[in-house]
Amino acid sequence: MKPIFFRHYVCLMAIGLLLLPGLVLSDENLSQDTLTAAMSKLNAAYMTERSAAIEQLAAAQEPRAIVILQALLEGHLFNLIAENKLVIGAEIEAGYKLSDAKNGQDLGIVAREATQKINLNNALRVSLRKTLGRLELNASEVKVRIHAVQAIAKDIDPEGLVLLHAQLSTEKDRSVQDEIKLVLGLEQLNSTDKPQRLAALALLKDHASPAVVNRLNALQEKDATGQFVETDADVRNSAKTALININSKLRVYAAIETVFFGLSLGAVLVLAAIGLAITFGVMGVINMAHGELMMLGAYTTYVMQQLLPDYLGLALLLSIPAAFMISALVGILIERGIIRFLYGRPLETLLATFGVSLVLQQTVRSIFSPLNRSVASPEWMSGAWQINDFLALTWNRFYILVFCLLVFTLLLQILKRTRLGLEVRAVAQNRNMAKAMGIPTARVDALTFGLGSGIAGVAGVALSQITNVGPNLGQAYIVDSFMVVVFGGVGNLWGTLLAGFSLGIANKLLEPLAGAVLAKILVLVFIILFIQKRPRGLFPQKGRAVEG
Amino acid sequence: MNKLTVMFRNTLVAGFMSALTCFSGSVNAEGETIKVGVLHSLSGTMAISETTLKDTMLMLIDEQNKKGGLLGKKLEAVVVDPASNWPLFAEKTRELISKDKVAAIFGCWTSVSRKSVLPVIEELNGLLFYPVQYEGEESSKNVFYTGAAPNQQAIPAVDYLMNDLKTKRWVLAGTDYVYPRTTNKILEAYLLSKGVAKKDIMINYTPFGHSDWQSIVADIKKFGSAGKKTAVVSTINGDANIPFYKELGNQGVSAEQIPVIAFSVGEEELSGMDTKPLVGHLAAWNYFMSVDSTKNATFIKQWQEYIKNPKRVTNDPMEAHYIGFNMWVKAVEKTGSTDPAKVQAAIIGIEFPNLTGGMAKMLPNHHISKPVLIGEIQDNGQFLTVWQTNKVVDGDAWSDFLPESKAIIADWTAPINCGNYNTKTKKCAGQNYK
Amino acid sequence: MNLFFQDKLAGSLMAVIACITVFIPLFNLLTPVDSVLHFSAYTVSLLGKYLTFALLGLSLDLVWGYCGILALGQGAFFALGGYAMGMYLMRQIGTRGVYGNAELPDFMVFLNWKELPWFWQGFNHFGFAMLMVVLVPGLLALVFGWLAFRSRVTGVYLSIITQALTYALLLAFFRNEMGFGGNNGLTDFKELLGFNIQSEGLRSLLLMATGLILLLAFGVSRWVMNSKLGRVVTAVRDQEMRVRFLGYRVEHFKLWIFVFSAMLAGIAGALYVPQVGIINPSEFSPLNSLEIVIWVAIGGRGTLYGAIIGAVLVNYAKSLLTGWAPEIWLFFLGTTFILVTVFLPNGILGLFRSQEQKL
Repeated sequence: MKPIFFRHYVCLMAIGLLLLPGLVLSDENLSQDTLTAAMSKLNAAYMTERSAAIEQLAAAQEPRAIVILQALLEGHLFNLIAENKLVIGAEIEAGYKLSDAKNGQDLGIVAREATQKINLNNALRVSLRKTLGRLELNASEVKVRIHAVQAIAKDIDPEGLVLLHAQLSTEKDRSVQDEIKLVLGLEQLNSTDKPQRLAALALLKDHASPAVVNRLNALQEKDATGQFVETDADVRNSAKTALININSKLRVYAAIETVFFGLSLGAVLVLAAIGLAITFGVMGVINMAHGELMMLGAYTTYVMQQLLPDYLGLALLLSIPAAFMISALVGILIERGIIRFLYGRPLETLLATFGVSLVLQQTVRSIFSPLNRSVASPEWMSGAWQINDFLALTWNRFYILVFCLLVFTLLLQILKRTRLGLEVRAVAQNRNMAKAMGIPTARVDALTFGLGSGIAGVAGVALSQITNVGPNLGQAYIVDSFMVVVFGGVGNLWGTLLAGFSLGIANKLLEPLAGAVLAKILVLVFIILFIQKRPRGLFPQKGRAVEG
Repeated sequence: MNKLTVMFRNTLVAGFMSALTCFSGSVNAEGETIKVGVLHSLSGTMAISETTLKDTMLMLIDEQNKKGGLLGKKLEAVVVDPASNWPLFAEKTRELISKDKVAAIFGCWTSVSRKSVLPVIEELNGLLFYPVQYEGEESSKNVFYTGAAPNQQAIPAVDYLMNDLKTKRWVLAGTDYVYPRTTNKILEAYLLSKGVAKKDIMINYTPFGHSDWQSIVADIKKFGSAGKKTAVVSTINGDANIPFYKELGNQGVSAEQIPVIAFSVGEEELSGMDTKPLVGHLAAWNYFMSVDSTKNATFIKQWQEYIKNPKRVTNDPMEAHYIGFNMWVKAVEKTGSTDPAKVQAAIIGIEFPNLTGGMAKMLPNHHISKPVLIGEIQDNGQFLTVWQTNKVVDGDAWSDFLPESKAIIADWTAPINCGNYNTKTKKCAGQNYK
Repeated sequence: MNLFFQDKLAGSLMAVIACITVFIPLFNLLTPVDSVLHFSAYTVSLLGKYLTFALLGLSLDLVWGYCGILALGQGAFFALGGYAMGMYLMRQIGTRGVYGNAELPDFMVFLNWKELPWFWQGFNHFGFAMLMVVLVPGLLALVFGWLAFRSRVTGVYLSIITQALTYALLLAFFRNEMGFGGNNGLTDFKELLGFNIQSEGLRSLLLMATGLILLLAFGVSRWVMNSKLGRVVTAVRDQEMRVRFLGYRVEHFKLWIFVFSAMLAGIAGALYVPQVGIINPSEFSPLNSLEIVIWVAIGGRGTLYGAIIGAVLVNYAKSLLTGWAPEIWLFFLGTTFILVTVFLPNGILGLFRSQEQKL
């Protein structure tokens, strides 16, 4: 008996062992099947197929599906051409580091050409975001859940409302709750019940967002027959007071925004002009090639990014010293080769450097082609600092503003505290006297010009982050730079700083009133008139030297 | 110094003498080659766009010569640089026609350069093939417009936004010159006719090379946050686009919220941009490099080999030159002569397959038929076609949506033979030539 | 005659210009098209263009070479004169425009303007238009100069605000709302004083007119500069303070010469437009004005005929090089500018003059 029983037991065990995973497996197989089917559809050429596949994936209730959809949205989902298989790829220098989309298995590295990206269009992207939002409502991170609520709210439908209601009842986190309440509150405004609407208004009035403002505005509107859309006067009035409140806040935000816009425009102007303030202001050289020196800086950034394609941020930081060196070197060459023959003939430096600018432009055109070059912004320089729903400051402008102030301070310190600075100031004030005191004026001239040119190069790095990198880059800024220097007072760095910022802000204040072109014209006319009033700019240079 | 000065002086004198001989009438024997003028700026602000077209022309001429030339003669390109200087365009045209005796000129990009060339080319009865999308409202006897007229680019694009993306609010943003002005005027009339309210249209103009878009993008954002689907129709010109898109990206205006459809941003412009913030934004053209056709694949291969850069892109104006040049070749072969007057007559009705699988035809109004494609920008700098016309659209020189040009048509065949014939008064207005 | 033949070079240059002015148009009018003496339309229009540039260079030399005011906005006066002429030519189109509107130029019809703006009134009369050609630049120079010289804006400050002036005008004329045709400017002219603008006769006449006006302007400028007024102006250039202390109202002299030069530039612009067939805002661009300075510098400033030589040479080089070496001509031009400024501070004329003095 015993052995027989034992045999049976073993058999049972074996069957059980076989069955157990089988049971689980069969369930998994089912969802795996939908996953596979959906994935092959995703791989199809037609967008309609793809949209069906997304819905299927969403319905699969599979954690893996979320990963796949996210990869799709972020553009990391590829078709491995050789095997016709969906893979997730992370970009590295040699190509893509692949993992199997289905199970996350590591598939090694392949060349870029071996894969084909799964394309999306806008319609798909929108639906994908919505789908992901629904799936992500269950995420463990609060941030993700808030994001999910926002994604659902963007284009709300009854299904989404049900989901949000359900989520609200189980949601533990306050901030997510608030977010959901806001969405539901907006919806509640459509209610036919007056107290419901008033309650919704009471909730919404403290949560100003563009959606709320729009909805409140809509409550004030009349339809085609001249009747108010919102029939109840109480609701209308309470919406009105809420709006007045919000609007006063909005005005403050708008003012902050305008000032920021002005400062950031000013920062660009200051950066462009500050190198000129040295070569032009301190040395009296009218350097028409100044813009081209900035252009060299911008191209340096481009080359740096080509050398370090995977480290955009590092490349950008490294290009600051690199651009300084290159532009400074070219500047010193210009000074030694041309300008030193022209001291005492300041206006003629204008002509020679104009020639230099033509040559530099054409050189760049010959080397890099006349096309614009693409300079990418690193992650931390893109996007905006979202302070609240109405106020956001863009990072690139913000960093440029900070950078401008840094460069300015540094330059000021160099001029104030270093030996070179002392010599530069001495030569600027009285060349002959300085010479008599044993200052090597020729060397100081070269270094000063190099310093000014180097700063132009650094400005070029900043410009590469906001505008075109092409052979015409310099021309676009040269006239403005001269205006800033002259407006501020030749030879005065503080003047340049103040002039740049005030012109930037003036421009931005005028722009909404007069339009971009007229604003610029008005600013120019203002400069012309201002110079009549104060013929030597904001901060005139004092002393006898200026008369000579 | 002394020796140097004398040398310098002698060279100058020699230069002046040679200058004088050059002036005393140009001697030009009928050579064994047929000359083709290439009038594209290679320096100055427009070099960015036009240099590519010069190279395209050189490639096309090269290819034709490999096939044995034209009428048994070799073709010879005469390249000049009008340097983005509009009066210089006129001067160079005169030089090409009367000094170099070119059979046809392929060139110009901006409208003002074409307008500058126009009187000269009409006076000397030359031929100009103009490859860029433009504002219409023109049809010269001597110019062939191989780029898109507004009805081949702008109107279909707006239709797409309205019907497929359900756009209700419109921003028409453009650089302040004639092409955006005209296009926006046509579009505004079109939108109003479709029942869009005036307050749902925002029109904005900026100067050339505008680089500080902060306020305008903020305005667009505000305009677009009114709860209705908003789209931007951009006729912003070349250089201003990069800062514009960068600002859009940074202020968080994504293609999903507020799509921007551009008429002047093609593959070549994209190759000079960081495309990350642009993905999903749209462009309307008559050709995309990404279109899958054997003709296109061959053309791309040819181009990349010719320019010796496997990454170089192709774009819409290049296709326009490709079509224009081949049409001219066919017309010359048809009449057996390069005489502009004969070619003008022969080229009307000539068909040549375009690169996207359709057939381009030279119409009596000197425009050609083209398909319209709408594409979304992908992060590799290419377009993904999301919509296209099912057949080619005929270019319309005079827009039907502008009251003053509604009645005008262009027809360079008998009996009308006029570039702006008023169908109401039955008169041909504004023609200079007899 | 003494004025012209003060030195040999000026004399021979003026003789050459006189020959061009008289003989080329004469030959063209009298000889058949295939004759050896017949100059092509290309040559005639090119020569005409060079001579207008020469006049423009001459006007700048008056303020820069003689008065020491480095005006970086001379192109603005040139363009304003050109626009005045362009407006006259636009009005002459009449019903021959594409929309057939007798009153409004095409671009206005197109931009939905209903009636002619006030500043276009009167431009259908040639006399009025010609008056405007000198008055508008003259008035602008008067106001601008009066403000600037009165408050003693000098040196680079003056240079930069003249640049600001032309830049502001550039932006203004670009605006389509201004009513000057925006970026496309004014073009598609049909006739001048009843003559077809494309006819050979008119072209020859224009060349002749340009040459004569250039000679006249040269003569008048020479005469002025040799008069007492001219000597004071030159003194202002060399020692402004001393002149002021001697009791002269420096700003009046400066203003006078500035306005005169602006008017000359306006006339040059007016002659330029019918010969090239287009006027558009790019003429206002600061780079254009800078180029004028370079012509004068290359020719040799403070001589009047140096400006003429410089303008013609640089533009001729440009014409040649953009055809011969389209890819690299900027290298030549740029290098020439550098070499001339560094090695020939007095321009090309400096070469000949120093030679002459040695002889």
